[in-house]
Amino acid sequence: MHIHFLDPYQPRHSPIHSLDARVKLLLIVGLILTTSLMPIGAWTGYFILIAILISTEFISQIRFPYYLQRALFSIPFILAALPLPFITPGNVLAQFHPGNVTLTVSWEGLERLISISLKSWISVQAAIILAVTTSFPDILTAMRAVGVPRILVAVFGLMWRYLFIFADEVVRLIRARAARSSHLEGYREGKTVIWRSRIAGGMAGSLFLRGLERADRVYMAMLARGYDGEVRTLPLPVWKKNNSLILLFGFMLYLLILLISNLILQFG
Amino acid sequence: MHHSIEINHLSYHYPDGHQALKDINLFIAPNERVALVGPNGAGKSTLLLHLNGILKGKGEIKVCGLSLNDPKNLAKVRALVGMVFQTPDDQLFSPTVYDDVAYGPLYQGLPLEEVDQRVKEALNIVGMQDYIHRISHHLSLGEKKRIAIATVLSMKPEVLAFDEPTSGLDPRARRSLIRFLKDLPMSMLVSTHDMYLVHELFPRMVIMDEGEVVADTVTEQLLQDTPLLEAHGLEAPR
Ligand SMILES: Nc1ncnc2c1ncn2[C@@H]1O[C@H](COP(=O)(O)OP(=O)(O)O)[C@@H](O)[C@H]1O
Ligand SMILES: [Mg+2]
Repeated sequence: MHIHFLDPYQPRHSPIHSLDARVKLLLIVGLILTTSLMPIGAWTGYFILIAILISTEFISQIRFPYYLQRALFSIPFILAALPLPFITPGNVLAQFHPGNVTLTVSWEGLERLISISLKSWISVQAAIILAVTTSFPDILTAMRAVGVPRILVAVFGLMWRYLFIFADEVVRLIRARAARSSHLEGYREGKTVIWRSRIAGGMAGSLFLRGLERADRVYMAMLARGYDGEVRTLPLPVWKKNNSLILLFGFMLYLLILLISNLILQFG
Repeated sequence: MHHSIEINHLSYHYPDGHQALKDINLFIAPNERVALVGPNGAGKSTLLLHLNGILKGKGEIKVCGLSLNDPKNLAKVRALVGMVFQTPDDQLFSPTVYDDVAYGPLYQGLPLEEVDQRVKEALNIVGMQDYIHRISHHLSLGEKKRIAIATVLSMKPEVLAFDEPTSGLDPRARRSLIRFLKDLPMSMLVSTHDMYLVHELFPRMVIMDEGEVVADTVTEQLLQDTPLLEAHGLEAPR
């Protein structure tokens, strides 16, 4: 019994998959940075970025709905931007009178909301492309290569490794509880909310204890193989010449998009 | 020639006060294979954890002549004793199989080409060379056990300490594990309840119960002694 939904990686043989993870990481971080630097209402720029994302997704040989489904992660950001049309001053678009308050929707506010929604969707989509086309161990190596401290990378690695095991344990506990929660005809089922939360609390506690014991055993296993408090790592894969070219091209493209968007807004 | 492992008057209390080992004396010669049997809670795992100084009790342990009471020997002894834990998920803590098998050699400070070669050799010995870039989480228990063994074989240990190698395996995975353990050349101290495994692989058998060694001789002889086995919660293989 395994839980796989936590691992978004979809192995394929596409050009996107075979791109060096370091290049991919930098390009994606660059794209997210570019997106956040884009001015409000730069529709052409957003359109180009979305076109880049969609063509990347197409080349990656993974079904488009898979990406869309995962892009739901951007909803919280969009929700946070929802009040913007009402609180941004500007040209009045519409007015509502619920009760005795007056709500004013402004053009500027609406423009902001749509821009922020698009920007968060683009950023989340970009991060998803990285996660879906790169195995986590490769992302870890890439993080190390771009200067994330080794100990932090090691912690991410352990977290990722044991997250699955932890999730499996949760599923086992829930099944064990379900197996013993029978329901007899004519009796009230499941007792009170307090009783139920006591059981859930007990499960959380038992998970916590198991986690501690597991940590102890993993530490012993590390010691047994020579761990001395220092994090040692294998060498990074060789850096191909065209990696630098791809990076250069990507970043020039980002700069160009930023430039065009700003120009269009000023003179367009 | 000194013994591979020499344990003199070893006692150990867990921090909560429970005494898990009581005056253990044991000699294991180079290339000898010894089974450590006994009921749950007898102290087998505790004893194994002493072999490379992860737990420290009263008394003395020498591995290949190096005393574990001297902290300077610790790193060397950890390279000499390959410890395979009962649960492979505890042992396979790295993102990929390759990283895990390379871990020991990397910490031994070997040059990188040699680390790489050790990884390939070790995976070859356990017959898992095709799994080199796999992710540990997606393997079956039998596969994980083999990889766990490879993680210590890559350190080229003199002694293998193995905690319940066959527990939880299905008959086929168990058979193939036994067959492959048979071919490993090092000395071994293996804790188990699997009397069939003992019968197949280990000429000598040590029975532990409640932290004490209660018998230590030729396996064939002990396996005949049904009353003794039953007194310590064991069962002779039919
Ligand atoms: N971390 C611990 N703290 C306290 N007592 C422990 C701990 N680990 C094991 N024990 C106790 O020590 C005894 C020996 O345990 P163990 O060596 O695991 O036995 P075996 O491996 O033979 O089943 C048992 O009674 C067990 O409850
Ligand atoms: Mg045990």
